Amino acid sequence: MNTELIGIIATFLLTLIIAIPLGKYLAKVFAGEKVWTDFLKPLETGIYKLSGINVKEQMNWKQQLKALLTINILWLVYGFFMLIFQDKLPFNPDGNAGMTADLAFNTIISFVANCNLQHYSGETGVSYLTQQFVLMFLQFVSAATGIAAAVVLFKAFRDKTTTQLGNFWEFFVRAITRLLLPLSIVIALLLTFNGTPASYEGKDQFISVQGDTVHVSRGPAAQMIAIKHLGTNGGGYFGANSAHPFENPSYFTNMVEVIAQTIIPLAMIIAFGYFIRRKKLAWTIFGVMTIGLFMLMLPTLSSELGGNPALAKLGISQTTGAMEGKEVRFGPAATAYWSTLTTVISTGSVNGMHDSTMPLTGLWQLLAMMINAFYGGCGVGLLNYFIYLIIAVFISGLMVGRTPEFLGHKVEAREIKIAAIITLLSPFLILAGTAIASFVFVNHGGADWAVQPKNWLNNPGFHGFSEMLYEVTSSNANNGSGFEGLGDNNVFWNLLTGIIIFLGRFLPIIGPVAIAGLLGAKKFIPESAGTLKTDTKTFALMTFAVILVLNALSYFPALALGPLAEYFTMLK
Amino acid sequence: MKNYIIQSIRLTLVLIVLLCILYPLGIALAGKISKGNGSGEKLTKNGKVVGYALIGQSFTKPEYFWGRPSAVAYNAAGSAGSNKGPSNPDYLKEVSNRIDTLLKYNPGLKKSEIPADMVTASGSGLDPNISEQGAAIQINRVAKARKLDQNKVKELVAMNTLKPFLGLFGPSSVNVLKLNLALDNL
Repeated sequence: MNTELIGIIATFLLTLIIAIPLGKYLAKVFAGEKVWTDFLKPLETGIYKLSGINVKEQMNWKQQLKALLTINILWLVYGFFMLIFQDKLPFNPDGNAGMTADLAFNTIISFVANCNLQHYSGETGVSYLTQQFVLMFLQFVSAATGIAAAVVLFKAFRDKTTTQLGNFWEFFVRAITRLLLPLSIVIALLLTFNGTPASYEGKDQFISVQGDTVHVSRGPAAQMIAIKHLGTNGGGYFGANSAHPFENPSYFTNMVEVIAQTIIPLAMIIAFGYFIRRKKLAWTIFGVMTIGLFMLMLPTLSSELGGNPALAKLGISQTTGAMEGKEVRFGPAATAYWSTLTTVISTGSVNGMHDSTMPLTGLWQLLAMMINAFYGGCGVGLLNYFIYLIIAVFISGLMVGRTPEFLGHKVEAREIKIAAIITLLSPFLILAGTAIASFVFVNHGGADWAVQPKNWLNNPGFHGFSEMLYEVTSSNANNGSGFEGLGDNNVFWNLLTGIIIFLGRFLPIIGPVAIAGLLGAKKFIPESAGTLKTDTKTFALMTFAVILVLNALSYFPALALGPLAEYFTMLK
Repeated sequence: MKNYIIQSIRLTLVLIVLLCILYPLGIALAGKISKGNGSGEKLTKNGKVVGYALIGQSFTKPEYFWGRPSAVAYNAAGSAGSNKGPSNPDYLKEVSNRIDTLLKYNPGLKKSEIPADMVTASGSGLDPNISEQGAAIQINRVAKARKLDQNKVKELVAMNTLKPFLGLFGPSSVNVLKLNLALDNL
């Protein structure tokens, strides 16, 4: 077998080896049990004291959400003004300009929401101050927000009946002190010692071997790249993201970065099982998600390793696979592997350009983001999956003619309504958003915006449609990757995707937390012969079918117009 | 509610100190003892900096090994891929032209020997590497232009080839800038 395939198999196995113990550790951290990182307690106590927080105070689900939304809104305001005025603030060695209002609106929502869609380019669009004090800061806290929200859900199912769901601030701070910060330090050091810049020196200039004057952007990148992956954020320091040789210098760092973005979403599933003392349920969920992952990854690998059929016709050799938009040091296999994980999980960092991948690869990338629950983002992946679970419980309940129950709590009309709204939200945002964009492209091509609609698309035909569909899908999934050929830095795309990211982030957090809070408060019904068991293979299959049917029904027409149409045209 | 607002503000300030000042400064400080002092490893020729080991640069003269096509012309003040879709007719024409250029400057080269990386743009536009095959097809030209023995050049390519990580994982690659500097130093 070739070294490229061995490389990705080893990467996946290493991910499991790290993620499973990490999950057990997280369950203990959030349950307040003894762990070896307890030496950090004084740091946490200090943070609580300085912030005036009493972590003994128990919150119900509504209070949890109030705390979560309050601090998130504060970050929106803080970051918006920092980005607009970055040219007047210090730490701007390259002299980059302040952002326009619409770009700042988009960027700040995107980073608060853990999406990290970037309509600016890191080298020219932000200063060192805003890179660190706004964007990197938000990469930490948005990931911690997602994790804390998931822990609230854990809490609701740990005890039989409870409205006391712990303290939001405590979960939030611990996610940083016990998980994100320590691991970021390790990863940032690994990157720094493998070539990624970490200093504050500005742009450099030199005369190349052939005598050209070349400028090189630098800066404190390693620090940000570490948390960008760990926190499933994905927003790169440089424009080309993890394809940039400074951002991702070697095959080794590539393994580190792709493992870093996978371990927390995986660990959260394991943590869920250990936390609520239902390990089998966690392994069932893990099984469904992993099968889903492979169903998306294997065809992706096959279409990328096969190379571009149009280039094959030109008579060149594509022994390792398609190379447009890819880097030699990673090769097509590791780039295809990454592209599946970054879309399955809502990271959205890229080590190769998705716009240049094969049509079917684009299809799998889109579908992964539409489903958005095979592992999924930091904490929120599990919340998304939870909605599918509730729908599956409901449908199974109807099929066998029993009141649906989940973990000993009756699922009733109110919970189902919330789950249904959240389920319908994604197709609504994705399809309506793409429809509006297509309408503007066709009917208002000459609109006087920074990029005129008629110039939006970098590629003609079906692929051009895919560029718009991808942008909207990525926004809704809070993914942040793009078919980057799209001319997206203009008032239309900044506002449209900003709004979609905001709704696509906060409603799918509020919904599941509300359902969990409502269920947790209900009377506990002990398991009996009539109980629908949620940790069996049958139920796993049921959930899988629900995910498949919901997404196929919602998105097939749109996918047929984009990547599928392009694929079949290329076959001709 | 008011309570949450005040707590949010205070917590944000505390975390900014921890995450935006202490953490990045600590890493930057540790980076001082890494290669290139945490500012990127530089390569020199006759004592002058001529580039960064990780950042590819443009080579067009026949006596140098060429890198991959770049969407940003190897200007590392920015970075980007071409973002051309696989079926884009303009793109396919561009690739076709690149093939012709390679055939023209490398007499004796057959189309089927050209590896994809030599005629496609990289993701970053700054790819410092080419594949082993990408170097192999240029040995003839470089040797002729420099009036060197082919085997000597071949040897140099082999010396500058990075094997898969730990000999097991990922592809092998050739750093174009390092190889060309080695040629100049002969």
